[in-house]
Amino acid sequence: MEFFHKVPSFDFMGRRRAAVIVSMVLNVATIGLLLVHGLNLGIDFTGGTLVEVSYAESADIGEVRTALSKAGIERANVQHFGTTRDVLIRLQVEEGKTSAEQSDKIMQALRAPFSELLFERGTIGGAQQCTSTTAAKPFDCQVQMRRVEFVGPQVGSELVEQGVLAIVFALVGIMVYVAFRFEWRFAVGAVVATVHDVLLTVGFFSITRFEFSLVELAAVLTIMGYSINDTVVVFDRIRENFRKLRKEGTLVVMNNAINETLSRTVMTGVTTLLVVGALFFLGGDTLRGFAAALIFGILVGTYSSVFVASPTVLMLGLTREDMLPPKKEGADATP
Amino acid sequence: MNKYPLWKYLLVLAIVVVGVVYALPNLWGEIPAVQISPTRTTKVDSVVLEKAEASIKVAGIPYSGASLDDKGARLRFTDTEDQLKARDFLQKELGDGYTVALNLVPAAPAWFEHIGARPMYLGLDLRGGVHFLMQVDLRSVIRKAEEVTADDVRRVLREKRLRYLTVARLEAGGLEVRFRDAAERDQALELVRKELRDVEFTASARGNEHFLSGRLSPSSVAEKSRFALEQNITALTNRVNELGVAEPIVQQQGSDRIVIQLPGVQDTAKAKEILGRTATLEIMLVDEEHDLSAALSGNVPAGSKIFRMRNGQPILLKNSVVYSGDNIVDATPGFDSQTSRPIVSITLDARGAGINQRVTGQNVGKRMAVVYIEIKSDVKRDDNGKPLLDEQGRELRTTRRVEEVITAPVIRSQLGKRFQIEGLDSVNEANELSLLLRAGSLSAPVFIAEERTIGPSLGADNITQGINSALLGAALTLGFMVLYYRTFGVIANVALLLNVALLVAVMSMLQATLTLPGIAGIVLTIGMAVDANVLIFERIREEIRNGNSPQTAIHAGFDRAWSTILDSNITTLIAALVLFNFGTGPVKGFAVTLSIGILTSMFTAVVASRAIINLAFGGRSLKKVPV
Repeated sequence: MEFFHKVPSFDFMGRRRAAVIVSMVLNVATIGLLLVHGLNLGIDFTGGTLVEVSYAESADIGEVRTALSKAGIERANVQHFGTTRDVLIRLQVEEGKTSAEQSDKIMQALRAPFSELLFERGTIGGAQQCTSTTAAKPFDCQVQMRRVEFVGPQVGSELVEQGVLAIVFALVGIMVYVAFRFEWRFAVGAVVATVHDVLLTVGFFSITRFEFSLVELAAVLTIMGYSINDTVVVFDRIRENFRKLRKEGTLVVMNNAINETLSRTVMTGVTTLLVVGALFFLGGDTLRGFAAALIFGILVGTYSSVFVASPTVLMLGLTREDMLPPKKEGADATP
Repeated sequence: MNKYPLWKYLLVLAIVVVGVVYALPNLWGEIPAVQISPTRTTKVDSVVLEKAEASIKVAGIPYSGASLDDKGARLRFTDTEDQLKARDFLQKELGDGYTVALNLVPAAPAWFEHIGARPMYLGLDLRGGVHFLMQVDLRSVIRKAEEVTADDVRRVLREKRLRYLTVARLEAGGLEVRFRDAAERDQALELVRKELRDVEFTASARGNEHFLSGRLSPSSVAEKSRFALEQNITALTNRVNELGVAEPIVQQQGSDRIVIQLPGVQDTAKAKEILGRTATLEIMLVDEEHDLSAALSGNVPAGSKIFRMRNGQPILLKNSVVYSGDNIVDATPGFDSQTSRPIVSITLDARGAGINQRVTGQNVGKRMAVVYIEIKSDVKRDDNGKPLLDEQGRELRTTRRVEEVITAPVIRSQLGKRFQIEGLDSVNEANELSLLLRAGSLSAPVFIAEERTIGPSLGADNITQGINSALLGAALTLGFMVLYYRTFGVIANVALLLNVALLVAVMSMLQATLTLPGIAGIVLTIGMAVDANVLIFERIREEIRNGNSPQTAIHAGFDRAWSTILDSNITTLIAALVLFNFGTGPVKGFAVTLSIGILTSMFTAVVASRAIINLAFGGRSLKKVPV
């Protein structure tokens, strides 16, 4: 099977102006969107408490709220998570309160209506067991704690800082490597394409309101890796074609390179999308946002390596001379 | 053309065999076990193991095997009910001297363990458990140190009869000494610079008043912070051991944080209570007027009490506290300048120094004991191990004071503010003693900065979902590769499976932690690892289109694709390494699998698949390349 029976000859570079306009509009729109709409930041970054529980039978949100406010926990965000048996409770960090205990208070409040109490037996795997005043022996709890996350405000703001730093460092690292292996214009082109993908992916989170947590940040960095991978494959071919096609101009050399690598670009995109799709559908709720980001990022990354990276290099004024090995210094230059 | 020398085939084969062997234990998974670990005063040897085996045989609990290693003894069980029963039973039989905890051990045949082949270490998000990030409040440590320094300045100035107006600790940090005139201040500056080496003083004047500003030197701040952290790690480790967790982790993170991981723990309230407990020290005199053996036989003299040393030996102490751990400012291990024997130097605050001077002066030649006290609280349980509840359904708890004499040295002469404990056998003992002294005295407050608890059911779900998505992803990719590249697709698939095996093998060898995002990393690697093969095969197709002969096309395909593969993988690796450096917990797990996956995929896609192709097609006359 082949996507293209012979090397295709699409005029990608000819459409670069349209592509640049589309990309610019999308990016500006994304920045606007982020300013207005922001991100649905997870507690990794905002700080706060999150408790996910699973009830034996479907749970009523109102009743959960009542149980919580009876224990003096107000302003909790309560919602179903996946099924009606699963409930997610979120609490913002409150100034001056040691909120590490909040999660214990929440679990106690949720168990109170069932008059059950966690019976820790240290089991690994299986259901949590509870006791009560009436039961003869431990039984499976009506309210199963699925996960508890508490992130203090200080840790939250540090994680934001580290996240931004991580993206910046990755960009700088990639730029240095590409500049070293190719030429500075390629480095700029690669970074422009990568920033483009990162920005649009973050915009994707803003529109879809998927929660943006550490795992999603990891997705953004993975997209950077994927996008740069795609871009470098094209750049590699451009470098090679400059040596091979001695008579052609920069534009033709680039267009050929993109076309020659096109079937690889599509093929790798498809296989990666297949596995990421598997993650999206089977990976569970924890990985859904992560997988969605990757699906979007792979599409955008593929687009940018064709329509953003090389046109940027061209616009920066790359010529054949820049790609030739440096001429040897004359004999008189050495003493 | 396209033939490897024999050694290259053998090398590839060797790597493949080793990889597969080390990846294999993961297929067996883990079985329930009970782990018996020693506490400070005991050790677990074959005698203990035999006793444990004998007693569960008597109790009629079936077990499937037993083993002993440096971490303790392990008994294996076929189901978790037996495991639970055995744990409760053994804890009762063996008593407080041992920690008996539930654990999981590799189910693979024992010879895997002998060559160090173990399954990957599952992260808390897969096995369930608690993760705490504890923040040590270093500012309060510095504040306390500055208060002590202010005391020192007053004492030094008073001793030399230098007049000063006030000595104050500033809210913003540092201290300030106020003088009436510049001459007195300059004299004082010379003196405190000489006497208090770990403080940096500068002179200044505002209006008519003259000042000395003092600040702890950076090296002394660093040292105090390090001590505070070590002290907390020691205290937390002691308490974690008490939780009865099989493989707890207590680890420093950054300059002021401690990570605690407790696999399998779900009762976070109890864990927090135990971790948040504070320890204190009390200094008492040893009762040497009365006979210890008489006291042990029940005839305890009035005003005295029997205590236990850390090694379990009884000791009779006078039941009144001379001074407490609050008065201890510092305890550092070191060497005696004359005998060069290990010692622990102790510094007291002004109040402690006063008492110390008086009491030691009256008791030269007698012994003084340092008692380490912790308040423990236990849930009351009935005979079946079920917790007892009150009318409101709350657990009934009993608190008990655990007291332990950590040292009882002889007073050689009258002591004051600074003194040293001698007669220690080793540097280790000096280190441990000073840590215990600090753990019970300089309590730098710790609080929980981050908590992540995963319940057992979510952990199990995460594993299932992770494995299912990996299987589906792999199946789709393998199918698609065969569809697209035919025979060469099959070869790429062999390389791909090999890549997964090698990735798992390396993860197992490094005992790197596998997390849910880590599984996502493996899944992603499956998709991206074929990229190298895609690059090569596309190149081969291109060479064929350009009219090259099959063998030349294969050769050129591998050759020309190599630099592209290298460049694209290195750039991805840069992103993965950054992720590793900045990420914490699960994200780090993702970065680890991604990085290892990139490296192993370069080997499998380039070297291993080439070996297969060379073996199958190399050196023959090919009409057509099956790609």
